[in-house]
Amino acid sequence: MNAIQIRTMTRDFILKEFLPGERPENLTDSTELITGGILDSLATLKLVAYLEKSCGIEIAPYELVQENLNSVALIADFVQSKQAST
Amino acid sequence: MTLHGYLEQSARRYREKCAAVEASSGRQITYGELDRLSSRVRDHLRRIGVRPGDHIGICLPKSIVSLATLFGILKVGAAYVPVDSLAPPARNAFIFTDCGVRAIFVEASRADALRCELARLAAEPRLLPLDWSDGSSPLATYLAREEAEGGLAVEGESARSEPNDLAYVLYTSGSTGQPKGVMLTHHNGTSYVDWCSETLAPDENDRFSSHAPFHFDLSILDIFVPLKHGATVLLIGEELGKHPAGMASVIAERRLTVWYSTPSVLTLLVEHGGLDARDDHALRFILFAGEVFPVKHLRRLKTLVPHARYLNLYGPTETNVCTYYEIPQTIAEDRTAPFPIGRACSHVKARVIDRNGRDVPRGHEGELAISGAPVMQGYWNLPERTSAAFHVDSTGRWYRTGDIVVEGDNGVYTFRGRRDRMVKRRGYRIELGEIETALYRHPAISEVAAIARSEESGVSIKVFYASRDGHALSLIELKRFCAHNLPAFMAPDWFSHQPLLPKTSTDKIDYQHLIRME
Repeated sequence: MNAIQIRTMTRDFILKEFLPGERPENLTDSTELITGGILDSLATLKLVAYLEKSCGIEIAPYELVQENLNSVALIADFVQSKQAST
Repeated sequence: MTLHGYLEQSARRYREKCAAVEASSGRQITYGELDRLSSRVRDHLRRIGVRPGDHIGICLPKSIVSLATLFGILKVGAAYVPVDSLAPPARNAFIFTDCGVRAIFVEASRADALRCELARLAAEPRLLPLDWSDGSSPLATYLAREEAEGGLAVEGESARSEPNDLAYVLYTSGSTGQPKGVMLTHHNGTSYVDWCSETLAPDENDRFSSHAPFHFDLSILDIFVPLKHGATVLLIGEELGKHPAGMASVIAERRLTVWYSTPSVLTLLVEHGGLDARDDHALRFILFAGEVFPVKHLRRLKTLVPHARYLNLYGPTETNVCTYYEIPQTIAEDRTAPFPIGRACSHVKARVIDRNGRDVPRGHEGELAISGAPVMQGYWNLPERTSAAFHVDSTGRWYRTGDIVVEGDNGVYTFRGRRDRMVKRRGYRIELGEIETALYRHPAISEVAAIARSEESGVSIKVFYASRDGHALSLIELKRFCAHNLPAFMAPDWFSHQPLLPKTSTDKIDYQHLIRME
């Protein structure tokens, strides 16, 4: 799975689950997800479960940090690095 | 006895025993080390001019460091004022300014933002920045540097605080749009801790969870009960606290004996923790408080962890736990009604009163009022709010909880609802007015009304708003604005744009109409 595919599926999931009715173009690759209040703890958990299942990776508690999850771009980089290491 | 006296007493008896462990890093500290480290904090605070009766802020992540600063503050005879280090700096600055803290322990990476907000309020408390990038023990590094610069303080004794001296101030959501400080004394705290000792019969072999952050009143049990008895407290930080599988493995691997959290956290554990695959036989108590526990999740938890005893603890920050109810061994399959909040704890008196403070007959609805040792002194700097919160008569000074209850047979109380616009979510108190006040600050919003609704998964908050230009705002923009102006637990779940909000005949927002629109 390449970076563009991961970004697209992550963006679609976030729009559908946490931003119903939002215009898709408002959610950019750099929109702040955690510090911007879009992902709270429960939403983070749902997103992580989705990424684990769809991308075949396992995410540890210490990895649930802003540095990995605060934007669509960061998530895609993080998922790719996890895939590369497994 | 004082709250810091518990640590000093246990340090003499259990010097080499583990007092606290950080669940994520695995770092540990013995009773002897925690006592010494907190005494160094005490001596440093004394050297920079802190005196008994002062207030000292804590804006740090949950850690051994924050535990040691908390005890250092108590040992100097001051009161600690803990805040959520991740909350908007403007809110934290308001809290610290409101209660006039003399100094604040703050995570170095957040110090500039906090200093900036304090300056806006013309407040200049001394910031004591602790830098985690210095290594794993930022407090020891900080103290060593300060001691090298200023010379070692004369090693002193800890303050002999009086029972009525303030020990901590916890801020809760306020209906006027600003949080209010609940003032609690050593006696308030120790009377509750002693009740926990009587009820849980802990000993030095126990291992307690500490899931709640230190600015949340559940932390009083987590911190002081284990340390009074020479037990070990397992500090669960922000990141692990959101990860149910991680928490479940900590319960099993650390062989926790007492777990205490909100039902929301337990529900996460039930649904996503994989508890059925873990060995959690060491658990002897599962305690929960702060909100109603949906019966279907509680039943499932009891099936997964059948050997533990389950206590529903009830009480607002102003009294801490004041009633409790032990959940029966088996829960009927067809039961959906939540369990009662139970009978009054042995260290309080409870009664049910009407609007005028008269007792209502057993079986009738009324407001639960509490008196006794754990009841707060009052709200910091809010004498009118304080007097409005109490009913005083010949039988004593009674804190009006605002909770409508019914007293059943055998003195067991059942919660029926609130008499005002306060709701509880994830254990936190939320005044819907505080959310509205924050959103009114948005330049594009002209009218706001927040309502709460109870769902099977808990309480959700919906905001109706009208905008100045008549157009709906981007949901991303609304969420971003809330994240910057409200703590995370207050963020609304839903937003609904309206051309205008419905009004009553007296031109006030018609909340009943909004609720019907749902």
